Amino acid sequence: MTITAETIKEKIVDHLAQTVADVDIPDDQDIFVSGLVNSLFAMQLVLFIEKEFQFKVEDEDLDINNFNTVAAMVGFIGRKTS
Amino acid sequence: MEIELSSQQIQAQKGFRAFAQKEIAPFADQWDREEAVPAETIEKMGEVGYLGAVVPGAYGGGEMDAITFGLLCEEIGRGSASLLSLLTVHGMVCESLARWGSESQRKRWLPLLASGEKIGAFGLTEPGVGSDAKSVETTAASSGDSYVLNGRKQWISFGQVADLFLIVGQCEEKPAAFLVERERAGFSTEAITGMLGFRSAMLARLSMDDCRIPAENLVGRIGFGFSAIANTALDHGRYCVGWGCLGLAEACLDASLGYSSQRKQFGSFLKGHQLIQEMIAEMIVGIKATRLLCYQAGYLKDRGDPSLIMETSIAKYFASRTVLKIADDAVQIHGGNGCSGDYPVQRYWRDAKIMEIIEGSTQMQQIIIAKSGYIDYAVEKRRRKGKTRSSD
Repeated sequence: MTITAETIKEKIVDHLAQTVADVDIPDDQDIFVSGLVNSLFAMQLVLFIEKEFQFKVEDEDLDINNFNTVAAMVGFIGRKTS
Repeated sequence: MEIELSSQQIQAQKGFRAFAQKEIAPFADQWDREEAVPAETIEKMGEVGYLGAVVPGAYGGGEMDAITFGLLCEEIGRGSASLLSLLTVHGMVCESLARWGSESQRKRWLPLLASGEKIGAFGLTEPGVGSDAKSVETTAASSGDSYVLNGRKQWISFGQVADLFLIVGQCEEKPAAFLVERERAGFSTEAITGMLGFRSAMLARLSMDDCRIPAENLVGRIGFGFSAIANTALDHGRYCVGWGCLGLAEACLDASLGYSSQRKQFGSFLKGHQLIQEMIAEMIVGIKATRLLCYQAGYLKDRGDPSLIMETSIAKYFASRTVLKIADDAVQIHGGNGCSGDYPVQRYWRDAKIMEIIEGSTQMQQIIIAKSGYIDYAVEKRRRKGKTRSSD
């Protein structure tokens, strides 16, 4: 079953709200450059994505453009789960 | 909620304990004095599968569940904290490769690491860079189909004997991790001796002077050397250290129970004195609390739960502080004897101090844990606000 982009976004925003305590992160805001998250968060984020969306983040997926914004994560997860 | 080991885990624990009691504990003081662990002991650890504990079965490893691996760390840590650091750093390389290595890296290295034919070590700390790990000064410059590494690494456990090093440096001004084989031209190691603790962990300084490695030795991607690769390794390291502290604390308790049961002062055994009983009680409670935190971290690790990162940090923090207090009391109970080389508690104390520094110092853990507390507070506050609004 394909997950809709809306559902993916909802789950990501919820996770970010629980881990960085900022609900109003614009879709295109770079969460790493803006200093909202630290390097430990990156590992938590990978674990969250794997657990929530049931796929393994591989070494070739390690591209900052897959993780730096909410929109980027929605696109990445959508591609991996489609 | 159930907190109990499975029958397989209990069986495995018995095997680990028997190995540690036969092959490690009787020799640990001698190794400490000689500042080395014999190659045969490392070979034996490879033969019984301990060095491949965290390697997936598909690559020849034991693929132990997190709790079973924790039990292994506990028993090895009880025998020798120095030898525990072999499990730690070797496992850091194994786990990082299993998690982020390319398929060809995994196929080439993991079976060799799992069997112990090759020993791995982790190179992050530098002479000028410790806790501020993202500021490492080792550089990797891309040159055709290879990278050229330059830099120094410091306090590298088992660096004197390791064959394969996972080195964290900067490439294109971004963090990156590389595999460096000992035999590469431009790579050299120098033994570090006379340390306070972990004396038989065969520490070394590493030097890379125009050390050329093939491009395929890059692990993961440039830019993720710290956030993904080093953090995977450090999380593993903290997990090992937490459980190892538990084992070391139990060794302190065993020694203290034994000594206070046979040593007489003021006409009665030490164990009859209430101030000794206080220290023993504190040890027992500290050990039980540490065990629960380690179980919690292991449980989350097996579930792949994102909170495992923070819970492992908490377990390591508590375990390392607790074992230092316990080792301190163990030396106190032993009095002058505890300060001599005739009893192992002086080694336990020296090793316990190191536990507070390695794989993220106590102060770094405090920063991380406190920050997490403030985030949880802010999240809870917002949740309550939201609830109030929706009920208006």
